Amino acid sequence: MTGIVVIGGGQAGAALVAKLREAGYSGRLTLICGERVPPYQRPPLSKAYLKGDMERERLFLRPESFYASQDIDLRLGDRVTEIDPAARLLKVGGATLAYSQLALTTGSVPRRLPALIGGSLRGVYVMRGLADIDAMAAEFVAGRRLLIVGGGYIGLEAAAVAASLGLEVTLVEAAPRILQRVAAPETSNYFRTLHKSYGVRLLEGTSLDRLLGSGTVKGAVLNDGRELETDFVLVGVGVSPATGLAERAGIAIDNGIWTDELGRTSDRAIWAAGDCASFPYKDMQIRLESVGHAIDHAECVAVNMLGAGLPYIAKPWFWSDQYDVKLQIAGLNSGYDRVVERSGKCISTSIWYYKGDQLLAVDAVNDPRAYMAAKRIIEAGQTVDPRLVQDPNTDLRDLLVTAAAPQTKASGF
Amino acid sequence: MSKITYIEYGGRQHVVDVTEGLTVMEGARDNSIPGIVADCGGACACSTCHVYVDPAWVDRLPAKEIMEEDMLDFAYKVDPVRSRLTCQIKVTEELDGLIVQIPEKQI
Repeated sequence: MTGIVVIGGGQAGAALVAKLREAGYSGRLTLICGERVPPYQRPPLSKAYLKGDMERERLFLRPESFYASQDIDLRLGDRVTEIDPAARLLKVGGATLAYSQLALTTGSVPRRLPALIGGSLRGVYVMRGLADIDAMAAEFVAGRRLLIVGGGYIGLEAAAVAASLGLEVTLVEAAPRILQRVAAPETSNYFRTLHKSYGVRLLEGTSLDRLLGSGTVKGAVLNDGRELETDFVLVGVGVSPATGLAERAGIAIDNGIWTDELGRTSDRAIWAAGDCASFPYKDMQIRLESVGHAIDHAECVAVNMLGAGLPYIAKPWFWSDQYDVKLQIAGLNSGYDRVVERSGKCISTSIWYYKGDQLLAVDAVNDPRAYMAAKRIIEAGQTVDPRLVQDPNTDLRDLLVTAAAPQTKASGF
Repeated sequence: MSKITYIEYGGRQHVVDVTEGLTVMEGARDNSIPGIVADCGGACACSTCHVYVDPAWVDRLPAKEIMEEDMLDFAYKVDPVRSRLTCQIKVTEELDGLIVQIPEKQI
């Protein structure tokens, strides 16, 4: 008897198998993980775990015994090399494995620098898995010099850990400002000031020309010709969806593994969820890289594999911890045409993204109430008057009361 | 080890031993207790590990920090006195015997 096979033991894979059992699936269930550790949380890798504040076992999403107790065949350190969709067979570790339905939760892989510009030198790291962090942990010693390439969330979180541990940190960002791809200038400004106050050297509008060194990295040349010395390098220039296996199997790819609103790929017996999959959102086909989405998408796909027919409605949310600052993001800001800022107590603030009169997203900095209020409003498909948002005398609770469906025509508020 | 009782919304009780130093959320996670979701894994970022602490225990727990208080402010059916986020409660010997009730749903 064949059963369900899930390829990829990250947040999505772990959520998917757990949900299948919870939803009553009692057939054979196999979870294939490329790494030799049971599925674990990745967010702390660039935060508490990197800092040495969290032990390895605490990262595990479930104790290893959970899988056996749920009759889930957890295969650690195994890699699927081929899918044969016509025969519904997999090649894994030299053996073949049949499936009745297959889910791909293969996640994403970090982009690396080309070897031509020194990307393969020793001392050049990326941040994706436990092994990456364990490999670089010994480098995080006070006084050492770290060059971070990329001013997105991963680069900034690593900068925060390194600066807190007393390293000398330089961060280069090719775009005119950090977080350009994901946030408004107001949010970039907040984090620029924060990092500078901790002594991080931020070079925006500056790209890396090449790394220097023979064998081990010793320095870098920047695009303006400047040279700097470094003891090690962390590359945080984004991730790409892990689509290779699907592609070779002839499954449709569109900004990741294409899925429909149920999470099904172009092959009827194959599903995909999490970072690796694109899915319909409003009138777009998008991909999200976040824990919240990985869990929700995987759980939705799990019930759909059992026939629920439940369309996936993404409710994007994200967070980032840097120093003692917590950034929480509700919604997706893509397409925004203006922002309003709401200053909170002490060092808290929130940036509200609008398109016309529709609230799209909020970046809340040390302001969980703004985050929670905005999340409610956005997920209900409602909006609030930006003038009320901006007014510090408006209680966030009252915003929830005044929230309403947006006007069809752009009103002047 | 401290004994902690988690009571599901339907009334089902789970009495488990949790190692000191872990959080009350991690105790639930490691024992596969349903209803404590903890999407963010304990970063105080999502408010999906909300419980009602047994009235007898409310004052015996360390006080809420501002971040937890603010997150709870918008959680589902909050009780101003008994609601807590379990990721913010570290298990100590003093918590041996703690009883928490899991809400109907998170968020």
